[in-house]
Amino acid sequence: MIYVAVQTDGFNSNDEEIKLEASSGHCGAIVTFKGVVRGYDQEPRLDYLHLEHFPGITEQEIERIIKQAQTRWQFTNCRVIHRVGDLAVGDPIVLVMVSARHRKEAFQAAEFIMDYLKTEAPFWKKEYFQDGRSGWVEAKSSDTLQKQRWDSK
Amino acid sequence: MIKIRYFGSFKDTLSLCEEELVWQSGSTDDLLSVLRKRDELWAETLSDKNIFRLVVNQQIIYQSVLLNDGDEIAILPPVTGG
Repeated sequence: MIYVAVQTDGFNSNDEEIKLEASSGHCGAIVTFKGVVRGYDQEPRLDYLHLEHFPGITEQEIERIIKQAQTRWQFTNCRVIHRVGDLAVGDPIVLVMVSARHRKEAFQAAEFIMDYLKTEAPFWKKEYFQDGRSGWVEAKSSDTLQKQRWDSK
Repeated sequence: MIKIRYFGSFKDTLSLCEEELVWQSGSTDDLLSVLRKRDELWAETLSDKNIFRLVVNQQIIYQSVLLNDGDEIAILPPVTGG
């Protein structure tokens, strides 16, 4: 079962894991990645992030990414939740959860989905700093390289 | 008329979320050409050198397509989610 949600509300990864487990039966591995709004590692200091997306297209793209992962690894169950709107430092922002028969498939599928999500799903981050400045986050070439790694695997 | 929607940094740079444009005929490439001719800012923002994607009627397109009256086009800057 594939579940994709783009929402302003927070999520509880334990609750999501219970839901994934309930639909997974006989899986040997569950991998969870939770992304959190990182702060205070740059100057000026981050106050909060604003996440914008393209309703309809974003969900469609995430599902496409999951299906692409399914052509490479055997797994049937995946939950992806991405938050939008205003998020404070420390807030959970994204959850990628994959259950599979074996750990390698679950690990790799989760990493693949996350790498593609960062470079293909239409989300845009705007940083608001404590000194009042703000600006859109630019796409990182390291994220693109991370994604391109999968081409040779 | 066609409707054009702008996302992310493009909204701020071009000071526009969406607009409607009278459209006789032409492709997405023709549309970009029309928009780039507006002024230097538009030309720079939508330059070929920049990476951006187009969505026509809720479908991401990978090559130029013909635009028809009533179509909705979205212009997406590089994504930065996750």
